Amino acid sequence: MLEKALKGNKAYWIWVFSLLGIIAVGFTFYLKQLDFGLGITGMNRDVTWGFYIAQFTFLVGVAASAVMLVIPYYLHHYKAFGKITIMGEFLAIASVIMCILFIIADLGQPMRLLNVILYPTPNSMLFWDMIVLSGYLVINLVVGWNVLDAERNSVPPANWLKPLIYLSVPWAISIHTVTAYLYCGLPGRGFWLTAVLAPRFLASAFAAGPAFLILLCFIVRKVTNFDPGREQIQTLAKVVVYGSCANMFFFLCEVFVAMYSQIPEHMDHLQYLFFGLHGHGKLVPWMWTAMALIVTGIILLLIPAARQNEKVLAVACVFTFIGIWIDKGMGMVAGGFVPNPLHEVNEYFPTFPEVMIAIAVYATGFLILTFLYKVFVGVKEELNA
Amino acid sequence: MENNRRSFLKFAGISAVGLSSLSLLDVFGTGKAVASTGQSAEGIYKNEDNALTAQRWGMVVDTRKLTEEICSDMEKACHQIHNVPEFEEKRHEIKWIWETEYKHAFPEKQDEFLTERLKELPIPVFCNHCANPPCVQACPTQATFQRKDGIVLMDFHRCIGCRFCMAACPYGSRSFNFRDPRPAIKDENPKFPTRMKGVVEKCNFCAERLAVGQAPACVEASEGALIFGDLANPDSEVRALLKENYAIRRKQNLGSNPSVYYLV
Amino acid sequence: MNDKPKIIIGLAIFLAVFTFPFWYNHGAASTAPKPELTEKAKAAKKCILEKEQMRTEHMQLLNDWRNTVVRDGQHVYEIDGKEYVASLTNTCLECHSNKAEFCDKCHLYTSAEPYCWTCHTIPKEKK
Repeated sequence: MLEKALKGNKAYWIWVFSLLGIIAVGFTFYLKQLDFGLGITGMNRDVTWGFYIAQFTFLVGVAASAVMLVIPYYLHHYKAFGKITIMGEFLAIASVIMCILFIIADLGQPMRLLNVILYPTPNSMLFWDMIVLSGYLVINLVVGWNVLDAERNSVPPANWLKPLIYLSVPWAISIHTVTAYLYCGLPGRGFWLTAVLAPRFLASAFAAGPAFLILLCFIVRKVTNFDPGREQIQTLAKVVVYGSCANMFFFLCEVFVAMYSQIPEHMDHLQYLFFGLHGHGKLVPWMWTAMALIVTGIILLLIPAARQNEKVLAVACVFTFIGIWIDKGMGMVAGGFVPNPLHEVNEYFPTFPEVMIAIAVYATGFLILTFLYKVFVGVKEELNA
Repeated sequence: MENNRRSFLKFAGISAVGLSSLSLLDVFGTGKAVASTGQSAEGIYKNEDNALTAQRWGMVVDTRKLTEEICSDMEKACHQIHNVPEFEEKRHEIKWIWETEYKHAFPEKQDEFLTERLKELPIPVFCNHCANPPCVQACPTQATFQRKDGIVLMDFHRCIGCRFCMAACPYGSRSFNFRDPRPAIKDENPKFPTRMKGVVEKCNFCAERLAVGQAPACVEASEGALIFGDLANPDSEVRALLKENYAIRRKQNLGSNPSVYYLV
Repeated sequence: MNDKPKIIIGLAIFLAVFTFPFWYNHGAASTAPKPELTEKAKAAKKCILEKEQMRTEHMQLLNDWRNTVVRDGQHVYEIDGKEYVASLTNTCLECHSNKAEFCDKCHLYTSAEPYCWTCHTIPKEKK
């Protein structure tokens, strides 16, 4: 099936080579980072995780959101999703690979990465993160590929895939739960020290992931002969709005607990993010933008007439995706580090090389996604012909 | 044709997995073989005769004896001996021990009407060598670990630079080498290694000095303001001080159980 | 099987690229360098282990040393009744103070790139 990714029109190849170009440029910045060290980023002694880990956290969510297709299709036999479930699984593959690349980009000594396996340490959440992420990658590769292969041969998927598919449901939940545990088990970081972090991560993931998938559906419909289907897209839109509402609900729970209890360690971070602290407020405009985007997205998606208009739906999905990207990425990570444990304010903002490296990782993800979707659409077109 | 290719690919895949796991076994195998057959294993390791040992090392900081000058001397002594670099950019800063104000050292003990003396007083802060260290729990490679004598140490050879320990430390005691530290070390101490870029570092309670019978550098420079000893030994000087005086610890509500006490 | 010529050309190119290091370096092989000993090292006659053993196993010994010193805090290594402080800079290089001739030559020849020196000080390097 892979050969289908090697046949495409001019636009396809222009797109592929543009991505390769972006990867090449970003890679030169990564070489610079390897040579100089992480000092080329905006990270500092107080904000020790930044843009890379923010992207990692966000993308784990996008990867986990494939479960929003798997559950309706395989557990509830919602037939319509049969058409696009593989799109979700392939998106998960590309996302997990980006996650791994972002982790590697963030390491001070990437050559020693395998020390995590050489000295396995079960009390470290990072060890578990490695296990669940690589497991999830394998599950989705095996399931997505084999189901597509079966579809191509017009036979039902092999029986041995069933348990794997069922396993992928809790496994998807686990990848984002463990990602939340990276943060919420740390004693001195009031912003993250909340049991609602993992549920909130999942809720925002189930909004941002399907929102992105809807946009992908529109693109696929436009540039290929395969139509993911109006019903499918509308159902996904409902998933997005449920997820986004749950996310906002959890967020408001956070705000209430922090602001009503008025415990400084919990309150100061929110204060910093939304109003600035001791005269520092680089993230304030970003956070309000994020909130405005998410809320507007919810309103647009809640009104049936607006949701059913695909132009409005596309806008709502872009809003939801970008809003959650800001809030869960930069806001969540940088916000937890400011103020620092000594209650000093040292801010963080990504530098140009840092952003370029991140863009290159995204380009790599999009390249993988392009190839996978090309194969997927190729099979669909072949069946329709 | 299809079948042939498929079975060939299957065979190749299985062989590849098999071979790579063999080589993995090999790695473990040789690792052990070296330790048991190499003559190096015939040697024995031991402490220096005059090494200082304890069950649980700890420190008492007597704030009554502190001055700005003493704090600055301690910092200089520590940073010189351990080759701690001095960068102009604050972003890349590395520090093992430094002086701060009461409100930063004890942000959870904010008092509206704090005694005047404490408001002005310089407080030295450094790694607390917690009995229940969150950094050790977080480290995915055991590059940071707790020794039997309670000292929380860094194995710079093993650190992958993920900075999870820095997120886990509730005291901001850890620094990361955002760049090569060597050019920024003014007066290099050849007896102690420098670090390389991409690893985390922090106060080591002068483990290398204890091993040869010397007290930590900051204690020597403190003019009696820092007292070092065995917290597990009821007859030690630190325990005597703690018996006589009211002492506080940084964020002890977090359960990390710091081994550094401050007499106020 | 109409692609035979293409496959053969592809294979030929692959082989050429793959074996590039061999024929590129053909005839350029130099003889293995001999590590040079300082007067102090010569006078000592025997290193920590026998010469041959040191040659093949010094990396394992150093690895053992560093793990024991760093992780177990035991700084003294005793063998054949002799005690050594387990330290690269302060013991090994104390005697073998000619790092360039003693260490680097062979490491260069065998393409071994130990990163010891990014942290551990080379005594003679100090001005």
